[in-house]
Amino acid sequence: MADFQQTIAKLFPEATFEQADTLMVNIADAQWHSLAKQLKENPQLGFDYLITIVGMDWKESMGCVYYLQNKHNDVISVKVTTTDRENPMLHSVADLWAIAGIYEREVYDFFGIVFIGNPDMRRLFLSIDWKGFPLRKDYDENPDINPVPTDNERQSDFTYTYVETPDGKVEKKEVRVFEPEDFVVNIGPQHPATHGVLRFRTAVDGETIKKIDVYMGYIHRGVEKICEKDTYPQTLHFMDRLDYFSAHPYHHGLCMTIEEAAGIEVPRRAQVIRVIMDELSRIASHCLFMGTFCMDLGATTMLFYTLRVREQILDIMDRTCGARMTFNYECIGGVMQDIHADFVKDVHALLDVLPANIKEYNKVFTGNVIAKNRMEGVGVLTRENAINWSVTGPSGRASGWSCDVRKTHPYSIYSELEFDEVIHTEGDSMARFKVRLEEIEQSARIIAQLIDNIPDGDYCAKVPKVIKLPVGHWFRMVEGCRGVFGVYLESDGSTMPYRLKLVTPSLPAAAVVNHLTAGSKIADLITIGGSLDYIVPDMDR
Amino acid sequence: MPYDAWKDNEYIESLVKELKDNGTNVIVGSLDKLINWGRSNSIWPLTFATSCCGIEFVSLGAARYDMARFGWEVARSSPRQADFIMVAGTIVHRMAPVLRRLYDQLAEPKYVIACGACAVSGGPFKKSYHVVMGCDQIVPVDVYLPGCPPRPEAMIYSIMQLSRKIKVERFFGGVNRREKMQKEFLESHPIEGVNDVK
Repeated sequence: MADFQQTIAKLFPEATFEQADTLMVNIADAQWHSLAKQLKENPQLGFDYLITIVGMDWKESMGCVYYLQNKHNDVISVKVTTTDRENPMLHSVADLWAIAGIYEREVYDFFGIVFIGNPDMRRLFLSIDWKGFPLRKDYDENPDINPVPTDNERQSDFTYTYVETPDGKVEKKEVRVFEPEDFVVNIGPQHPATHGVLRFRTAVDGETIKKIDVYMGYIHRGVEKICEKDTYPQTLHFMDRLDYFSAHPYHHGLCMTIEEAAGIEVPRRAQVIRVIMDELSRIASHCLFMGTFCMDLGATTMLFYTLRVREQILDIMDRTCGARMTFNYECIGGVMQDIHADFVKDVHALLDVLPANIKEYNKVFTGNVIAKNRMEGVGVLTRENAINWSVTGPSGRASGWSCDVRKTHPYSIYSELEFDEVIHTEGDSMARFKVRLEEIEQSARIIAQLIDNIPDGDYCAKVPKVIKLPVGHWFRMVEGCRGVFGVYLESDGSTMPYRLKLVTPSLPAAAVVNHLTAGSKIADLITIGGSLDYIVPDMDR
Repeated sequence: MPYDAWKDNEYIESLVKELKDNGTNVIVGSLDKLINWGRSNSIWPLTFATSCCGIEFVSLGAARYDMARFGWEVARSSPRQADFIMVAGTIVHRMAPVLRRLYDQLAEPKYVIACGACAVSGGPFKKSYHVVMGCDQIVPVDVYLPGCPPRPEAMIYSIMQLSRKIKVERFFGGVNRREKMQKEFLESHPIEGVNDVK
């Protein structure tokens, strides 16, 4: 870390540094783009993975916190601010990291910060007629200002880009989303193969896809804003409802962040239970992925085979957590209640039947010649592009990118466990399918190591009734079932978070669809979308 | 649930009472019964899922809960072929006109089940700036199903409740002439552009 500080200080003497959980660089907006270029391209720095852009409103100023990671898994953050609340403007880095384009649109949607140089400066989740920027602290939430729409949403074929002229002025330019002669087909939001309410505006040339405009926000629930009005234990239950398959890992992530901030030590028993639950949900999630993905490809039967295992896992969860899907099981300091008396027995029963099931899946589907033809070589994502688009999780690992947070930033007790990070290098839909199938085996391996050695002791630490965090900010990542789930928490010392930003893996997965499908046939869109395995409430939040 | 509770059903009783008060023609009444028997045992849902509840609906379709036992398994992707929408999940501002359009596209007679806390009242997202507080602001709801998400057993109960409602309805001169009722609702909840009843 000190090396980075020296390197950056040498190049940018005006930059100031803070040491929080990561090194944080404060830089003026005028120098931000050249610093970003150095951060990405300087071989001593090499920060090629943009984890997230956190939009912030500190009342007297507004700005963004950028989290970056390099190939040695060092994380650095950069803070860029502006004091102009009327027309806040920052420079875009969309030309350096492809994913920044969509992240900056999100910040613009929530805070109204315009990014100079971003080719597509539209709102992302809210409609073009929405008044105000909801995550600003002075946003007026009166429902009369933004009533439930009584009309079809106004659509626009134009987007905007802000260009800086040589004399320092910023000009707003109108750009077309599609060419005037393009034939645009609308897929979604109500479509069985989009995995929820996602909409693709697809420009096609015959059967070939020219461009896809991903249109989100059909399930944008404003979780980040609601969390600012809730106490810390209350914020937890929204984690169940983002990516409902990785409820346990997401809970784990937020709990860890709050525990670290409050200095709470989690008992060993709770740690072990949490990891077992995380891995159980990973198996359940990948099972459902296989079922729905195969169903998208036309193999409906597979759903019944994979849901059989999932139901078995849900039974285990049901007994211990008391629910089938939204568990709210992990709490600050440990877990809500102790495991059920039959838990160990049930998990053993599951581990016994898993190998036979995986064999069956391979027999029924993986080796099938139709499945092979539909998946092999379809939607190839190279390693460079996976990093450039921040596509993490199994989809990133299918492109040969080692991005498993359990290995890169081991949390909880993962550093003590033996398991392999499943990596394929083909980067096609088949690889993405296979990675998930093999991850089930690895998760089973982790569970097998732990299930007979659950230590005795408390399942929850003693925590104060009212949880107050000290002033500061924290950023933690965990491996959800679909990729990196990051939590940025900023506290002003009260019982409620000042800002809670949730970094979800589905947003990049949806953003990359345009890049992956360009030039392929429209039937492959379903395969590619299915194999990326995005969850729409997870991307919209 | 106890069997007695299953029978205790004020809403259905009030429907039956309304029917009996008006009296039933012998021939039309028998035909009603026959048609309703068929309709109530083959209600086809529209595949409509916005969030978590949709996944439980998938479970309902799979082998364990197997809704094919009751004749509901024909989940249609086009609203024109479906009998009811199970509004499974949160409805937000951007989705509201879409849901309304889907409802308008369903063929008569049509029904709506508000499935899950979000669709009933906004649920855990009550404080949100972008969530519609209950889908009954947009479409008329026949059955409210609480839960977050409701268990598949509860979903089975809700569709059975709908099926019982269909069973006691008057078909001739009743639901097959429902345009008037529809019109009244649509006029009191105007959505321009989506609304095809003028």
